[in-house]
Amino acid sequence: MKPSRFNYYAVDSIDAAISLIAQQGEDARFLAGGQSLVPMMNFRVAAPTALIDLNGVPELSNVRIDNDGALHIGAMARTRQLETDPEIAEANPLIAVAAAYVAHTQIRNRGTIGGSLAHADPAAELPGIALVCDAEIHLRGLSGARVIEAAKFFDGVFTTALADGELIEKLYFPPWPEQRCWAFQEISRREGDFALVGIAAWFDMDASGAISDCRLAAIGAGDTPLLLDSPAQTLTGSVPSDALFEKAAETVAGDIAPFDDIHASADYRREVAAVLVARTLKTAWERRR
Amino acid sequence: MTRTYIGKPVTRLEDRRLLTGAGNYIDDVKLPGISTMAILRSPYAHARIQSIDLESARAMEGVIDAFCAADLDAQLPVIPLRLAPFDGFERFLQRPIAVDKVRYVGEPVAVVIAEDRYVAEDALELIEVEFDQLPTISTIEQAAAGNTLIHEAAGENMGTRYTVARGNARAAFDDAAYTRRERFVTNRHGAVPMETRGLIAEFDPEAPLLRLHGATKVNFFNRRHLAAAFDLPETSVELIETDVGGGFGARGELYPEDYLVPIASRRTGGPVKWIEDRRENLTATNHSRDIVCELEIAATAEGEILGMRATVQGDMGAYIRTNGGVVPSKAAQFLPGPYRVPSFSCDVQFLVTNKTPVGTFRGPGRFEANFCRERMLDMMADDLGIDPAELRQRNLLTPRDLPYRIGELVPGDPDATLDRGNYPAALEHLLNECGYADWDPGAETGDGRVRGMGIACFIESSAAGPPESARITVFSNGGVEIRTGASSVGQGTETGLAQICAEFLDIDMNRIDVLHGSTTLVGIGGGTFHSRNTVMAGNATRTAAEALKDRATELAALRWNCDARDLAYDDGAVHQDSDRLTLQELAAFAETRGEMLSADALFDNEKKMSYSYGAHAAQIAIDIATGVVEVERYWLTEEIGRALNPAMVQGQAIGGVIQGLGGTFLDHFVYDEDGQLLTGSLADYLLPTTSELPDITAIALENSPSEFNPMGFKGAGEGGIVAVAGAVGNAVAQALKPYSVSINELPLTPDRLRKLLRGAGA
Amino acid sequence: MSDRHNISLNVNGADYSCEIDARMTLADCLREKLDLTGTHLGCEHGVCGACTVLADGDAVRSCLMFAVQAQCMEITTVEGLANNGDLSPLQEAFRDNHALQCGFCTPGMLTTAEAFLRENPSPTRAETESAISGNLCRCTGYISVVDAILDAADRRRDAGSE
Repeated sequence: MKPSRFNYYAVDSIDAAISLIAQQGEDARFLAGGQSLVPMMNFRVAAPTALIDLNGVPELSNVRIDNDGALHIGAMARTRQLETDPEIAEANPLIAVAAAYVAHTQIRNRGTIGGSLAHADPAAELPGIALVCDAEIHLRGLSGARVIEAAKFFDGVFTTALADGELIEKLYFPPWPEQRCWAFQEISRREGDFALVGIAAWFDMDASGAISDCRLAAIGAGDTPLLLDSPAQTLTGSVPSDALFEKAAETVAGDIAPFDDIHASADYRREVAAVLVARTLKTAWERRR
Repeated sequence: MTRTYIGKPVTRLEDRRLLTGAGNYIDDVKLPGISTMAILRSPYAHARIQSIDLESARAMEGVIDAFCAADLDAQLPVIPLRLAPFDGFERFLQRPIAVDKVRYVGEPVAVVIAEDRYVAEDALELIEVEFDQLPTISTIEQAAAGNTLIHEAAGENMGTRYTVARGNARAAFDDAAYTRRERFVTNRHGAVPMETRGLIAEFDPEAPLLRLHGATKVNFFNRRHLAAAFDLPETSVELIETDVGGGFGARGELYPEDYLVPIASRRTGGPVKWIEDRRENLTATNHSRDIVCELEIAATAEGEILGMRATVQGDMGAYIRTNGGVVPSKAAQFLPGPYRVPSFSCDVQFLVTNKTPVGTFRGPGRFEANFCRERMLDMMADDLGIDPAELRQRNLLTPRDLPYRIGELVPGDPDATLDRGNYPAALEHLLNECGYADWDPGAETGDGRVRGMGIACFIESSAAGPPESARITVFSNGGVEIRTGASSVGQGTETGLAQICAEFLDIDMNRIDVLHGSTTLVGIGGGTFHSRNTVMAGNATRTAAEALKDRATELAALRWNCDARDLAYDDGAVHQDSDRLTLQELAAFAETRGEMLSADALFDNEKKMSYSYGAHAAQIAIDIATGVVEVERYWLTEEIGRALNPAMVQGQAIGGVIQGLGGTFLDHFVYDEDGQLLTGSLADYLLPTTSELPDITAIALENSPSEFNPMGFKGAGEGGIVAVAGAVGNAVAQALKPYSVSINELPLTPDRLRKLLRGAGA
Repeated sequence: MSDRHNISLNVNGADYSCEIDARMTLADCLREKLDLTGTHLGCEHGVCGACTVLADGDAVRSCLMFAVQAQCMEITTVEGLANNGDLSPLQEAFRDNHALQCGFCTPGMLTTAEAFLRENPSPTRAETESAISGNLCRCTGYISVVDAILDAADRRRDAGSE
């Protein structure tokens, strides 16, 4: 299980990275944390002819919090930093909690948020978090910079809106109200495994005690992480209660398109998605109370 | 002074080197001029090979050689049967490399030898093979139907089939007040040791000498067959053992690579290394289990077992390898278990399919048999309204029943007899430990989950096979060396044997080096399997130590010019009044006489096996909505006669339990209908991790020493695993009793449990 | 043609330079070029944890890093844990708790635990279990490994308070 030959380039700036990959042709790849790409290379299911190593690009690792609480996370921020950095947890606690579910410490020490999004495994945690948080994904390529909403970024299993030669520069997470109720839950075969199915959710309350705004997202329940619009509609405008959460959970089936694999059937994922919607909402609400 | 080592949890001699990175595993062995071998393996489960083109691979820079079957002698050897060599199996043996046809994904097709593994894998990509795919046999039902033949010359896909029996099962069932029939499935999984296999061959046909590094388990058997295969005298074949990263039954058997690596060395004229990578390991190393059992039980209304009837079908994979029919035959033999089952009959079928061949994995056949029988007993207890523990106590063989002839339940094996013991006491001990009497399955748990507790009883044979050797030598520098034909697969053999030697010679254990396994060390050896090292090599070491003391005393008598009968041995020295001669001094004296202070021993238990026995209990909690099971607590009692090193015994028991939990919940080789392995990585073939470790209480009982060896040992390597699926299956079934679902098939995945619960409306 | 690189790295306090192919993993570089064979390869796809080393203090899978990426890094392998031949408190705790059998996973267990205890000197049992959840062991059943790491935490605290 040794990788095929490739040419290796270490770069120290985004500009250098995007101009170099353009020169190297379509079989060149960016190397972020390498925790998904390198296993595929060792199995020789991926055989890039060139790797442009982004680990030496300081501007990609920046993490910054605006005065309004908005969070900018550089694409090369390690998952372990998302998990342990108290400032990130304060700015967006959902990110920190979900990051701890990603694989194991050794993987989180190398794996990056940008790498996870670009890899776009439908059962991965961080893409689901980007989606549920309305993150904006900042991309850079030879043709310039552009910003894409997380909801439009994921095209399918392992496929995204990234164009050839384009890289993720950073993620922008909008400000997180202090009073927001939130939770993340997943079922996996063992600790650290990809989720069979996972649910991330948050909701905000208005002065009357009703839910004013909310998002739910599922991972492992389709070809991409999915926003769950039906339960969100059920919740919006209503006063939180276990009954409401159960009602919301019942609506989830239409929003997901789960698949069979060796670890669980589509039927399993469908019913557990509903179970987890209710549980996640309850946890979120308990956290508030 | 009298030193005591036996029975003490002394720290291990192996640990220092293993903790500092100084272990010497096969991939750590480096030889000058060594090249690396890689194997092109079949991507298809069943296909005819039309052509193989090696030219591009051979032409690649850094490639030394490449070959396939067509490049080898017309008559390639077949991999021999070592165990359970039933009639009919000779039609299904494997050659080291595919000839004309491939029969499972992963079968060797071609070999590349290159300067390093990177280049070797590059070259594999350049080999062009034309395959004509054939219909695939991916289930035992398809195998039995026989519409496609995997080995045409055999005329069928049934490796062999036989019936074994005792008593009169038909009469027992005709007269029984109670009968029940169930189908149980123990899924395909396997040993998957952390270190994959690996070998280095140095083949000098002129000398002649074939030296094979990386051997383990049964080196003397393997040497005999490799010598025959390569037409060499046995003395020209050396099998060298290194540190080994786990065996669990699968490692150290003769595999295709044990022939291919020597062939590669012979062709290239230099040393050749092959290290199995994990992708190869999951299709190339023996799988195990994979037993379907139709089991019927007959009993009185009071729950007294009258008989059992069964059909055991084993999916053997594409070839019958060295382990022959061990897995299904032992599943059949152990179905009655530790119980009084007056009548028993079993139809045992060995079906050949387009999958990786099957071999032994820790507790072969026992894990499967215990799952079927112990689940059945709980169903019967439920049907008859008898407490499961009470039902077992009514049927367990008692000390008065033992020894108990179980009959000839494996063709060709001698009539087997369960030796003395107290099975009910081991269960009673377990029930007290786990608080069985106070267990309330209906109790509120507060966390929304439901709980269950299950128990299972087992017996486990140990120490089969040939005699074992040991030689102890004392050197004039004070060092003491044990050499044994037994192998170590990482279980602490060096420590165990040193403990015995140190106690009998009354010396500091840290003076002792233990050299094991390699055929260059001793004249004969039996090897490591069937929980036999402590029994066989341990007793050989004891005998050698006693002989060494005698020899030391004789030497002292010569030195002192006195009668040996007037001398005493104590504290690592021979004494006469206030004078003493230490072993070191006597070794120096021996050397002046041109001899070594040394003693040999061979221990032969004359194939009289002792059975360890005991019981397991599991307490589980299940989340009904998600099917996720947590094993909260686990208990086991295991009678092992005598514990050589209680810490190592504990390690065997707990390691076995966790491995068994893997087999119950996680480990699964999944194939699709085309015979493709879908669990070809450790991301998909799931081994147990630390996630949700139960609290485990493992109690080694030492109440019933074996009568068949002077030290009273019974094997302790497999009792931890063999009853796990039975106990856990019963616990899950108890928790799910209100839903009336059948816990008859492993593994117990969340998906499987939810499917059952969904079917029950939950 | 292969893409060759000269790299310099510090392993267990010693400086090394070597010429390697771009594709050579850090694990293979340690084992084959530097002859530090204590780092083991159990899966080569980042699941088993046997190849764990510390890279600038962080536990990482050395099968998932290319050696060329370790340029100028400080690497600690299992060979670097003992102090002048004396077992470290962590290694002693593994020995005394019978936390190894075949020893193949042990180097990765030790390096993972070393990084964990540096970060969390007084861990709970649950934290410890989670910390080594990415390290597979087939022999021990893990419980003695967890015991050893907790024991090592005590030993390190005792040593530190002296």
